[in-house]
Amino acid sequence: MKKILTLLLSAGLVATATQAVSSPEEDLEKFRIYYEQRFPGVQLDDFGNGPYALDVNKRLQWESMEEFPPYEDYVDKGREIWETPFKNGKSFASCFGKDPSKVRVKYPHWDSKTQQVVTLEGDINKCLKENGEKPFGWKKGKIAHLGAFLGYEARGQRINVVIPDDPKALEAYEEGKHFYYAKRGQLNLACADCHVQYPGHRVRGQLLSTGLGQTTHFPVFRAKWQKAAANGDGMGTLHRRYGGCNGQVRARPFKAQSRQYRNLEFFHTYMSNGLEINAPGYRE
Amino acid sequence: MTKLTKRLGPTALALCIGLVLSTQVSAADLEAGKKIAFDRSKGNCLTCHHIDGGTLPGNIGPPLIAMKSRFPDKDKLRAQIWDATAINPHSIMPPLGRHRILSEKEIDLVTDYIYSL
Repeated sequence: MKKILTLLLSAGLVATATQAVSSPEEDLEKFRIYYEQRFPGVQLDDFGNGPYALDVNKRLQWESMEEFPPYEDYVDKGREIWETPFKNGKSFASCFGKDPSKVRVKYPHWDSKTQQVVTLEGDINKCLKENGEKPFGWKKGKIAHLGAFLGYEARGQRINVVIPDDPKALEAYEEGKHFYYAKRGQLNLACADCHVQYPGHRVRGQLLSTGLGQTTHFPVFRAKWQKAAANGDGMGTLHRRYGGCNGQVRARPFKAQSRQYRNLEFFHTYMSNGLEINAPGYRE
Repeated sequence: MTKLTKRLGPTALALCIGLVLSTQVSAADLEAGKKIAFDRSKGNCLTCHHIDGGTLPGNIGPPLIAMKSRFPDKDKLRAQIWDATAINPHSIMPPLGRHRILSEKEIDLVTDYIYSL
């Protein structure tokens, strides 16, 4: 009797445990509905415009900025990087295919061979190394310029991250999800505290964006980074932004392209599936 | 009974004196508390709260007004500043005391200042 009871109880526990973990599809549906209900007037693709989708005045300022976008020069630089042959005569097309508009939409993705999340930046540097070239720095400069060009070429296509039915891929997704919702740093803030609980609210003068649509415009040109750069280059990658965010909550940032940030990018980008790629973007 | 009264007498007296003292916060202390509250690397209250006299306040938290009616018990206000997640684990407010963002003395000064609003 006792045995049966234990068996029943443990079966019950197992059942509860499996129910507690929702599938990526369920997460995505809930995530999207949450923002759509919270901001009923905002069109799905407009969530990719961050704070400018939520405030009329900010939007007007941004639209005037977009008339002569400060990232344009860097898109051109990226195009040049794409077209310039390596010393061995090959070019990025030998790694990514001839059509630069078909690159961005493939990232991030799960690589079943290496059992890890692969990012665009990771493959850019892999391509350089395989061709005997020196890899780019991870967070800004050439890697962001090339990313800006590939994003620009892919504009209008939709984010389509696939989470394969592979326990290791789901584990990576879960780690990214946990990262997004876990409080961290001396200030004890989770990504979700600001971008799920309080989007549309202000921290000082800055309007918090929605978690939905946060990755579609990367790499980004930030006025803040422009001011800090001696050469005025405000471009940066998603992992540069992650590191900055973590530093602001007084947590020790992880390295760009660390497993933690790649898995965060996997979850974070999946949450914007179906939204238009609008990279590179401009932000304050 | 008399024993108990004798024992409690000095304690009660000390408590009374403490109460009288605690209601009288010097202008210098209030100013020091305000400075910590407004300092971006210290209390940084304005990031989320409106405070009269502060520029560019955020609006995540409630405006800090009428604090005495919202927190009749000043200790509860101090506890909220020290660690808001004790009452609500999901609170976005940084635990200024628990995570040692401010020292205990600084928490006292900020509490006195906020309580005066």
